[in-house]
Amino acid sequence: MADAALKTDTTEAMIASLSMPTATWAQPAREDALTRLRSMGLPERRDEYWKFTRPDTLTQVAAPKATALADDDAPMFDGVDRLRIVFVDGVFDAEASDDLRLEGITIERLAAADSDLHWAKGVYGVLEANGQTPVARPLAALNTAFATDGVLIHVTGKPSKPVNVIYIHKSDTSDVILHSCIKMDAGAEMTLLENGAAAARFNHVLEVEIADGASFHHIRSQGRDHERRAATHIFTRLGAESAFRSFTMTMNGQLTRNDCVIELTGDDAIAHVAGACVGDGDFHHDDTIFITHDAVNCNSRQVFKKVLRNGAVGVFQGKILVKAGAQKTDGYQISQSLLLDGDSQFLAKPELEIYADDVACSHGSTSGAIDEDALFYLRSRGVSEVEATNLLTLAFLAEAVDEIAHEDLREDMTARLGAWLTRRRG
Amino acid sequence: MLSIKNLQVKLEDEDKQILKGVDLEVEAGKVHAIMGPNGSGKSTLSYVLSGKGGYEVTGGSATLGDIDLLDMEPEERAAAGLFLAFQYPVEIPGVGNMTFLRTAVNAQRKARGEEEMSAAEFLKVVRAKAKDLKIDAEMLKRPVNMGFSGGEKKRNEILQMAMLEPKMCILDETDSGLDVDAMKLVAEGVNALRTEGRGFLVITHYQRLLDHIKPDVVHIMANGRIVKTGGPELALEVENNGYADILAEVA
Repeated sequence: MADAALKTDTTEAMIASLSMPTATWAQPAREDALTRLRSMGLPERRDEYWKFTRPDTLTQVAAPKATALADDDAPMFDGVDRLRIVFVDGVFDAEASDDLRLEGITIERLAAADSDLHWAKGVYGVLEANGQTPVARPLAALNTAFATDGVLIHVTGKPSKPVNVIYIHKSDTSDVILHSCIKMDAGAEMTLLENGAAAARFNHVLEVEIADGASFHHIRSQGRDHERRAATHIFTRLGAESAFRSFTMTMNGQLTRNDCVIELTGDDAIAHVAGACVGDGDFHHDDTIFITHDAVNCNSRQVFKKVLRNGAVGVFQGKILVKAGAQKTDGYQISQSLLLDGDSQFLAKPELEIYADDVACSHGSTSGAIDEDALFYLRSRGVSEVEATNLLTLAFLAEAVDEIAHEDLREDMTARLGAWLTRRRG
Repeated sequence: MLSIKNLQVKLEDEDKQILKGVDLEVEAGKVHAIMGPNGSGKSTLSYVLSGKGGYEVTGGSATLGDIDLLDMEPEERAAAGLFLAFQYPVEIPGVGNMTFLRTAVNAQRKARGEEEMSAAEFLKVVRAKAKDLKIDAEMLKRPVNMGFSGGEKKRNEILQMAMLEPKMCILDETDSGLDVDAMKLVAEGVNALRTEGRGFLVITHYQRLLDHIKPDVVHIMANGRIVKTGGPELALEVENNGYADILAEVA
């Protein structure tokens, strides 16, 4: 009982430290989320789902300090014609943002959307609540209850350019909760680009409702800040013949937990989720994926690659659940780590749970060092040990980066990962 | 050019002596062949010269011109002009063959203080040399040696040699896994690179490769030593009578 009481104390302390934004259409959803949060309690290390990642710095009342990195790299996605929406430490920056009007799409901010007839009522907190079973995700419920802002995007057509949400981190102590919702109408298409460290501590939820035949592309980079912490959740539900493709690049960050909860509810849908991360030293990166197949002939794919050195830790928890009746399911999952020294660690928990009898599911998880034979082969041709190691490291990450459909963005990500490796020479 | 004196080598992790005092001089412009039974130390010699890990030099020396090879990293030996054509070329998933070739060429140029080759110039040169070796554009695009047949892998080794223009080429069992046509093609590639300034050390089990790459000198290696040296006729003697006679003779 003492443990349960402690959990309640932690949860109540967090709730008391936050204030729920004033009444809008989202109020009932926020109240429901608060009730959910109270019944689940914030995560603790003893929770099975947090076995490999310590949640305490995510659940303590004040965010641990994190210095913002003076980044001299070219801004992310700079070469792409895009609609920019900028948040600085979670606060919307109208000056730095573009006009939010774009053909085929309606963009509003959560904090400014006050109509009672709002479409987002059908999404906000709905996909999150749905994603609380079979595994509790209390940080997402916390987010729904207390998110201060975010973007609400209704996609009715095929906008001519991607939407880029930029999260700038400036304050050492910023503690930010943002929540975004995207509703894709039947046949709609959009690309969402997200980048930036966002805050000293960032709690983000993205809910994406994808109707029949719609297609959603998501490419995310979580910045290069060293000390920042982040807990992000993506909840998505896919209709028939729709597609969801998401890629995340993570460089640095003291703690990152990226949850992705995907539900394939219409036949012939596709969900691909991938991640490439590189960490050096005080770095803990956790990808937790849950894909539910609840329709016929759907395809899901998880490709996660982690490069770890100097005591960095990588975690992968990935599950494919195939419900009874979800025949002809094609599920693929691979998680791999490249350990550049003996101090680093990779913890993986791949899971398959299948209740249909005509499915093809495969999963694999490996952890290894640089291939010595390949390294010698390259060196024997005159390539230095450092350069050869970098070449082989980028080759290791390539399978994940290749999941990005846009060639320019793929090359840009590869170049940035290469630059990260070069900065850490020797 | 390549001068090996009383080279003694053991395995790093095991108390096992592989080379027991090898002496060998390869002059510029000459082709030397080393033949010998399995386990005689031929491949070890090629690995030790190119700097592969896992071996410990316990005595002797190996120099290229006036450079002490044994003190250098593998990439420094390559930049100094040493090239090893591997018996088993390594497959490297995710690294394109072109990227690999260009990185290697420019890394060596940089190490020697020369200007790097531009992408356009490199492409022109590599296409011409690839054509000679019947390597198509598709093979250049694929990851290094991935899905290559035995013959394609060996031709790819010769292409690298042609691009890197080394002073001293070591060919480790380049004929293994090749049919007659493929061997001819590889041999033509090697012969095209024979110049006055370049030395070759051809390691092989069989005489047939030497029908195509005509050696100036033939050495027989056994039990970690060069036991006999002669002209091309020595290779024919091996072909006809096997190693037993020669080994009995020198024992």
